[in-house]
Amino acid sequence: MYGRLPIVKMLAATVALTAVTSAVMLPIRWNGQGASTAAPKIDTLLSVMIVLSALVFSLVVVMLAYALWKFKAKPGDESDGEPIHGNTRLEVAWTLIPTIIVLFAAGYSWAVLDEIEEPADNPLTVDVFAQQFAWSFGYPGKDLAWSEGELHVPVNRQVEFKMHSLDVIHSFWVPEWRIKKDGVPGITTTATVTPDKVGTYQLICTELCGFGHAAMRAKVVVESPQDFRKWVAGLEQQIPDDYLEVIEQDTETDPVPVGAGGA
Amino acid sequence: MVAAVKQPGWIRGALGAAAFAALGFGLVVALRAISDLPIFQTEQTGYPHIVVPLILAPLGFLAGFGCFDYWLRWAVGAPTIPDDHSQHGAKTWKDYFRFNTDHKVIGIQYIVTTFIFFFLGGLMAMLIRAELAQPGTQIVDAATFNSLFSTHAVLMIFLFVIPVFAGIANYVLPLMIGAPDMAFPRLNALSFWMLPLAGLLFIGSFLAPGGAFDAGWTGYAPLSTGAPLGQTFFNLGVQFAGASSIATALNFLVTIITMRAPGMTFWRMPLLVWANLSTSLLVVAATPFIAGVQFMVLFDRVLHTNFFQFAAGGDVISYQHIFWFYSHPAVYIMMLPGFGIISEVISIHSRKPIFGYRLMALALIGIVVLSYSVWAHHMFVAGMFSWLRVPMMITTLLIAVPTGIKIFSWLGTLYFGKIHTYSTAMLFALAFIVTFTVGGISGVMLGMVPLDIHVSDTYFIVAHIHFVLFGGSVFTIFAGIYHWFPKMTGRMYDERLGRVHFWGTVVGTWGTFIPMHWVGMDGMPRRVADYATQFGEWNLLISVFAFILGAVQLVFVYNMVVSWRYGPRAEANPWRGNSIEWRVSSPPPIFNFDEIPRVVGGPYEYGVPGAKHAIMAGEGAEVPETEPSVVGSS
Repeated sequence: MYGRLPIVKMLAATVALTAVTSAVMLPIRWNGQGASTAAPKIDTLLSVMIVLSALVFSLVVVMLAYALWKFKAKPGDESDGEPIHGNTRLEVAWTLIPTIIVLFAAGYSWAVLDEIEEPADNPLTVDVFAQQFAWSFGYPGKDLAWSEGELHVPVNRQVEFKMHSLDVIHSFWVPEWRIKKDGVPGITTTATVTPDKVGTYQLICTELCGFGHAAMRAKVVVESPQDFRKWVAGLEQQIPDDYLEVIEQDTETDPVPVGAGGA
Repeated sequence: MVAAVKQPGWIRGALGAAAFAALGFGLVVALRAISDLPIFQTEQTGYPHIVVPLILAPLGFLAGFGCFDYWLRWAVGAPTIPDDHSQHGAKTWKDYFRFNTDHKVIGIQYIVTTFIFFFLGGLMAMLIRAELAQPGTQIVDAATFNSLFSTHAVLMIFLFVIPVFAGIANYVLPLMIGAPDMAFPRLNALSFWMLPLAGLLFIGSFLAPGGAFDAGWTGYAPLSTGAPLGQTFFNLGVQFAGASSIATALNFLVTIITMRAPGMTFWRMPLLVWANLSTSLLVVAATPFIAGVQFMVLFDRVLHTNFFQFAAGGDVISYQHIFWFYSHPAVYIMMLPGFGIISEVISIHSRKPIFGYRLMALALIGIVVLSYSVWAHHMFVAGMFSWLRVPMMITTLLIAVPTGIKIFSWLGTLYFGKIHTYSTAMLFALAFIVTFTVGGISGVMLGMVPLDIHVSDTYFIVAHIHFVLFGGSVFTIFAGIYHWFPKMTGRMYDERLGRVHFWGTVVGTWGTFIPMHWVGMDGMPRRVADYATQFGEWNLLISVFAFILGAVQLVFVYNMVVSWRYGPRAEANPWRGNSIEWRVSSPPPIFNFDEIPRVVGGPYEYGVPGAKHAIMAGEGAEVPETEPSVVGSS
């Protein structure tokens, strides 16, 4: 009965539409510039998903378009269609094939997740303090040096951000790094990133935190280790005592400061 | 006047509300005076002299309005008033403004009320898009903006999408299964009347000192526990909307399980019935979680408990776990009834049986089971224990499988059929397949932890939820309204205006929500009144399409209102459907059936020679002994 459908032509149309969609979409840098070791891995994952998604979307569109073209009732035709109730083999196929696709997506994602969170030797630890509506950063190893509204990190070294919030939940996002993590009052959360491009970026708060949420930003500077050391050495303020108290009160805190500014 | 006070109704309802509010106020004043506390505590989260009356006044209204009269008499042993059906059915428009136990009246009450909230929420969306048309703040300040998007979401979710499905099913489902009414008609009426109260609480919060609640519809603690008084309106509104939802779901479950016409086995139920069975299973088990968590926030705010106060040992993240344990299943509460509608519409208008009917029903059940195991995918970056991410990713992606089965089965239904596209309902159903596929695809991407880390809390999320909730749920709602409009009103709507509404809605939906994916991935966070200038042009484009989308809904209202009044009379079965609701007149008689129909086959046997779904009263000699209907026999 299904022999009457031009299966080969429909598949060819699906593949063609997938190819065209992918060709249009793949060259675009959807996630913007990348500036961390995680970025290319996540962007590649996205590209794979774009092709798979284009395939699923094309299949649905081709199936729908063909049905509408071929099986549209003629005006005045009041008869019924063919009483087909199903097809077990087809139903098994469209249960199993999507299962395989999503399990592949899950496995691939898992692998990428492990890679981007892989701890490196000798990471730099930076304390991030979030509060309504400002960011500040502590460099515990360097006499508890403290910077308000400006984050500096050295290039090509893993940074472990220890996130603290003083009031409500905030979220730490540098789009070019592809890394995001909430700062939660009462606990210390951790985000790991290895910036690999020198430059100036923006840190954006992405968790609704009140009327100043949209403006809660900070400047991020990725620079050479020498410049970074110089900048930290020039910091004059120290982490205020009540901020240190927050660190101590937080659960899951690693109280041992890791040296800033290189070994 | 005395009679009006004694009779259940609006006057007694208003008096009840006032009396209960005064009682609550007096209680607070008295207790605080006795306890030597300052009488009026007006620190940001306090206001007990407002909060307690706010809890009691709606209950007073419901009592005065007559929602509890019968039960109270019965409970205290007083003689109950024999039901003379004076509260059943509608003879004039005034009957729609009364406590009415007829499922058809309640269905209309639900649908009209929820659409009013849909337009209020839509108006807020227009304000939001006007503000976002340019970078910087022009129209509203940041605090008002936060209130606007919070109220927009809450109205759309709790006062439109969830209850409008309950309204459609209220009208259609008892007819479909051959029942004279819902199982518990008084509970059904109570469920409805709690709904506008929830809406009033949400909208009334704009009058509270400090403005309407502004912590998002998610109301994350501790932003919500420390927010101004408006947040309490949200905590309480959710209780009324939630109680309404739970009671309706129980009603549906009992109705579907016990009141199907003879012969309607589970495998002969239309898929709309299956869909509402699945939805109700989700509502009864999941909704208590959001009710509970909003009570905990309320207690933190007013009674100074420490559920989510981190400084006093509370656990901030547990709010999100409890909230999403409801709110992820809620996504399916907002989608499964729509799946049911699409199955009905596509089968009728392609003149073919549903492809793989049993697998379609099982897919619904599969979604119900899986949807309880995916909640933490909303929390991949929330700082929860990191080991939970991968299991939740796998279950989240697996839920795409039953959803995909439904998409492919609808497509399969079209093949070798005779597809009619003259009905606006069918147009929305077909467009739904494509838009929902896009929403599903972005959902799969969001389920993948590394991608989610980047796009979480950005406009990509806004794009995704609107593709599944507007391009998904709302398209199915429009399909359902157009499909059963002739049955509900006895009139035909204007297909030409329907087509204008359809094409405008499709263009508006894609134009508004597709570019949101792009700006989100490129770095624009959600829930911001102001944004980086680099996103200015895209946002202007989004706003223009949003205004088109908003304006074209006016065509829908015009079509519905004018057709309801002046449309040509509808015959019983304008779409040549098989299921039972099409076998009674349009609109149906007051007790639905003179005799309960007998079901002898599946609901979608189009093209099967000689097949019948149901045998109605007076059809042939094989009609069995009539069973007296419960409501109609007193």
